[in-house]
Amino acid sequence: MTINPNAKMPESQQGTEIYNFDPLIVKYHYEIDYIHSYAQDSEFFKALGQKKLLGSKCKKCGYVYATPRAHCMMCGAETEWYELPKEGRIHSFTTCYFGSEEFLPETPFHLVLVEFDGVNSLFLGRLIGADTEDLYIGMPIRAKFRRNLKISPTDVYFVPTEEAGKKK
Amino acid sequence: MSGERRNVYMVSGGVTKFAKATPNMDFRLRVKKAFDYAMNDINADLSMIDGSVASYFSDHFQRQLMSGIMVQDYLGLTPKPSKRIEGGGATGGLAFQTGYEEIASGRMDTCVVYGFETMSHVNTWKGNEFIALASDTNFDYPVGGFYTGYYAMMAVRHMYEFGTTVEQLAQVSVKNHGNAIYNPYSQSPMKLTVEDVRNSPMVSYPLTRLDICTMSDGAAVAILASEEKAFELTDHPILIKGIGTGTDSMRLSDRPFGKVPLLPNEKESDYRNLKYPGVHSFRAGRTAAKEAYEMAGITDPLKEIDAVELHDAYTSSEIQTYEDLGFCKYGEGGQFVEEGKADINGEVAVNFSGGLLASGHPVGATGIMQAVFMFWQLQRSIKKHFGNDKLQLTNPKRGLIHSHAGTGTYVTVTVMEAVR
Repeated sequence: MTINPNAKMPESQQGTEIYNFDPLIVKYHYEIDYIHSYAQDSEFFKALGQKKLLGSKCKKCGYVYATPRAHCMMCGAETEWYELPKEGRIHSFTTCYFGSEEFLPETPFHLVLVEFDGVNSLFLGRLIGADTEDLYIGMPIRAKFRRNLKISPTDVYFVPTEEAGKKK
Repeated sequence: MSGERRNVYMVSGGVTKFAKATPNMDFRLRVKKAFDYAMNDINADLSMIDGSVASYFSDHFQRQLMSGIMVQDYLGLTPKPSKRIEGGGATGGLAFQTGYEEIASGRMDTCVVYGFETMSHVNTWKGNEFIALASDTNFDYPVGGFYTGYYAMMAVRHMYEFGTTVEQLAQVSVKNHGNAIYNPYSQSPMKLTVEDVRNSPMVSYPLTRLDICTMSDGAAVAILASEEKAFELTDHPILIKGIGTGTDSMRLSDRPFGKVPLLPNEKESDYRNLKYPGVHSFRAGRTAAKEAYEMAGITDPLKEIDAVELHDAYTSSEIQTYEDLGFCKYGEGGQFVEEGKADINGEVAVNFSGGLLASGHPVGATGIMQAVFMFWQLQRSIKKHFGNDKLQLTNPKRGLIHSHAGTGTYVTVTVMEAVR
């Protein structure tokens, strides 16, 4: 048993940053590591390392997705992986001059929704190698892959094809 | 789809003035202010309230889980039933409809729906990061990580499909910021020109700073009641005539290219060559409108609806939403605003309050704010609450409120009606 009326909380040199006194506003920091599993979508990320873009095709109704999804949105059946073509076209685009804090240092960057022949849905990616005024809907573009993977959907990105500048 | 439901009325409302930051109040006190305003307006006391619904979007902004119960406790509503509703930008609309369901089902006779968001705890770009976490974090967040970018791609496609112009987008901003000049609760009242909007900094092509709403601190409260209770509490309750909710895929990329679900005022031949929704339109918005119109018996929305408060987080989404709601055909939204049809004195007063663009968008409060402004509009009590009657329509009968989450993933439409 311990009864110590002289017990004293240890002091430290760590203080709190104060932004304002009235009302009292303080700053604190928050940081965390996540252990994130790509689970049923893992194959997509692994394939990027082999310079392949995997989509999903429904085994039952045949609907073809340009994105990974293990089950079909149209009929609920299981899908199977299949390799998307390397070339597609811009379905829509934008250039972001601002962004989330995490991506602010990367601005400005282009986002494109990509359409592929014979595929029922689109794929979201970044595009480099063209200025905003060069971009147009229908522009032919080609997938390229990072050599040093980040295990992120940005391991694939798009560039204009040779033909892209010829027609508009 | 519908079984037997009791009639539900809105009987009172309250809103705090939305602002970029109000650090002198926390979320509990902010809700308390809106709540007291609503309670005082009908001389109600706590014993008259059966339960509540809490409406807030993000746990990240405050880094406080279970904020809902802290409000319930602060307002003195414990130990009554309550739950939290969350669905991104549509959180407020979903919560309002949950309050409706509590009464329509017969579980409660009176229900308070309170909404709030405190976005000022982090800087704007961190705030955008939190909001972007409401996109698929495996596939969309790491590529774009920015909601304005997603909406900008939808706007670009709308412009391509239908010839919508950036000037037409800008006209939405001019209209809504202008309306807000007469709304004392609004965050960003401004007299603007199309040039001002186009000359403000480009955020994501084609959307400029003035095409986009701001982050806000704010709270809003709506009190709902059964028919019997409603007329005990106020002489001017507003009937909730119809509710509808729609959903769509989280990723824009997964949206199908099918057929337009038609409203009664449309025919298949209107859209022979249109692939729908693609990324130009919000299928969830159309689905919500269809359900709400069926329940409210609306067959010609433009004629039968006098006022609308819709989710204009971006000017482009207001134009897209005119079409989803059937005020014009798909593709005619740009002309609709250009011709002044959405003006306060136009064919339907859209975002007479200033909308999200000018009133502000404290996410969980936004859908409730729309309900409160529409309630006052239909009650014809705008002058009492705004201190001026510039935004009061002469004889509004029916109003529509529309709440919308990320790229149209959840959308709610609620039709409200003046009964006397």
